Amino acid sequence: MKISLFITCLNDTLYPKTGIATVALLERLGCQISFPLEQTCCGQMHLNSGYQAETLELVRRFIEVFETEDAEYIVSPSGSCVAMVREYFTKVCEWAKDTALETRAKKLSERTLELSEFIVGILKLEDVGAYYPHRVTYHSSCHGLRTLALGNAPYTLLKNVRGLELMPLENAESCCGFGGTFAIKNPETSTAMLSDKMRCILNTKANTCTGGDNSCLMQINGGLSRMNTGVRTVHLAEILTQTEGGA
Amino acid sequence: MPFINPTTYQKAAKIALENPQLRRNLGKATTAIREKRLKVVAELPDWQALRDAGAAIKENAMQRLPELLLQLEQSVQKAGGKVHWATDALEANNIVSRIVKAHQAKEVIKIKSITTDEIGLNDALKGSGITAIETDLAELIVQLAHDHPSHILVPAIHKNRAEIRELFLKSFNIKPEDLSDEPRALAEVARRYLRQKFLTVPVAISGANFAIAETGTVGVVESEGNGRMCLTLPKVLISIMGIEKVLPELRDLEVMLQLLPRSSTAERMNPYTSLWTGVHMGDGPKEFHLVLLDNGRTKVLADEVGRQALHCIRCSACLNVCPVYERAGGHAYGSVYPGPIGAILTPQLIGFETDHAQSLPFASSLCGACYEVCPVKINIPEILVYLRGQVVEQKSGFFNLEGTALKSMAWVFMDVKRYELAQKAARVGQLPLAKNNKISSLPGLLAGWTNSRDLPSVPKQAFRDWWRENKGKS
Repeated sequence: MKISLFITCLNDTLYPKTGIATVALLERLGCQISFPLEQTCCGQMHLNSGYQAETLELVRRFIEVFETEDAEYIVSPSGSCVAMVREYFTKVCEWAKDTALETRAKKLSERTLELSEFIVGILKLEDVGAYYPHRVTYHSSCHGLRTLALGNAPYTLLKNVRGLELMPLENAESCCGFGGTFAIKNPETSTAMLSDKMRCILNTKANTCTGGDNSCLMQINGGLSRMNTGVRTVHLAEILTQTEGGA
Repeated sequence: MPFINPTTYQKAAKIALENPQLRRNLGKATTAIREKRLKVVAELPDWQALRDAGAAIKENAMQRLPELLLQLEQSVQKAGGKVHWATDALEANNIVSRIVKAHQAKEVIKIKSITTDEIGLNDALKGSGITAIETDLAELIVQLAHDHPSHILVPAIHKNRAEIRELFLKSFNIKPEDLSDEPRALAEVARRYLRQKFLTVPVAISGANFAIAETGTVGVVESEGNGRMCLTLPKVLISIMGIEKVLPELRDLEVMLQLLPRSSTAERMNPYTSLWTGVHMGDGPKEFHLVLLDNGRTKVLADEVGRQALHCIRCSACLNVCPVYERAGGHAYGSVYPGPIGAILTPQLIGFETDHAQSLPFASSLCGACYEVCPVKINIPEILVYLRGQVVEQKSGFFNLEGTALKSMAWVFMDVKRYELAQKAARVGQLPLAKNNKISSLPGLLAGWTNSRDLPSVPKQAFRDWWRENKGKS
């Protein structure tokens, strides 16, 4: 199956390992991957900060880069950036009353998928043959949980990883306090939310917290690292790509 | 709106977050009500269909608002009530004062109503020499403490029973040995005080949960029975409602009265549902006034995206699930409408000119829990994001660091060459800041992050560079 990789600017710049793991994983699962080098940012940061004119131009640019891709799906290892494409691209066009772009946005958003929903929903795989001998808990980022309704997909994949002990997380559905611009504009509230999230993570006794969004993991790891907790965050793709004796 | 605290959300929240008692009170109360709500909602197999129906009823009502309000006026008049139109808080307060004075009343008893808090009715009446007595237990607590409500449904959610006992000891001159902090004992003190007021005060003031255009019926739902007392005992009843509360037909209540109690108090049915239509000989008040309040609502209705905020039925489910509200509490929002709904309603009602109003749409991590529980499906995250655009527009023309930064970033993202150069620049620029692959201290706007969190350093190779090297030719 031909897919086009939407890496996101955050992964591209700060978390290349996640991208490399996504490529290795999807190739192992039989996908043919293209990566349009013209891609930059989907505009989520600008939208969430209130810069709608700039967002519209970034949305237009994103559509131009990806709509000509000869791929059945556009896949991304980020729930929140996929949510931007799926939930907000058409809204941004609608607010700007650009109906032509809205039609193109709708078409593109229909074939844009988050990594775990692509593997479980499209490739119809629940076991990707991974091996990861650690105690892991999963943070279901809000965009993945509510906007994309990923449901059991990431849990199903994790449960089938050999050696992995999946620890249930208390208050799993509550926000980690990242919220993009929120974490910087309201650092005190954001930190209060993070403290509660960290407490729940530490209570699981897991040594690794995983998730489908490096933005939330950046927030969580930022706190775990500052407190020297010894617990780390690892993107889901980096777990699923590991195999016994290899990778 | 009178209860507007001009402090920005960020500053007010910072103070609130430093109060451990408040954090405990809020955490306990919101967690309990959240769990209860989940349970009663799960009992209804058609909950999602009910939400759709609720949303459709409100959307339809908003589209036909002028027509429905005129129909409501006629129906109320036909049933023997009087209808008053108020453009703003001042007009509404004057109307109420005039009616109370016409009956030579020095006191009025009140049913919990946020709309009357919005217009600052109690203070306005005080200015006319009239004492307003709150009869809802929590509102009474807030009033006795000279405090402000911090929750739409549970105005004293920020106080625990030990604090309430202290307040009652002082307010009612009770000896410490005569009052415990048992909820029953505390309620008994309020009951004795209020019962006398119900029997003697000639004028009652209420808000309205709904008003039915078809019949002129007005409705209030409540839990304590104080509302029923106010609605039936005094001679005169004045109800003040925002114009968005009108519903077309009586049968719309079938949907709303299922959605509201489960979403608000997490009950299958609220203990008291009072519906009244005009006046009746020998039963209830002899005089009924309905004050229809605009106070900025028409302006909100004119905004195609923002108008959804007017669909709100004030259940407060969005407050109870909001992780921001749970930490910072209601007062941090500086408005009678706190929480997620307040963050979208307040700035639209009062305008985006002040720092306070501008801070509200940003008082959210956009986690979407509010949208998930809203009984009439208001897409609060969408409106928050949309209103942020209005804040930025309001600020345009003034220099601000954030605007410059975000516009520069957009310029960078618009061209892949500039983007790749910026990646390289970040790698070099971080050198004095990065230690052990992390950054623990940043200046300026980003200090908010590093004050409590580390940031990963920028790795030597971006993903795209790896791709070029390893996959580029294949």
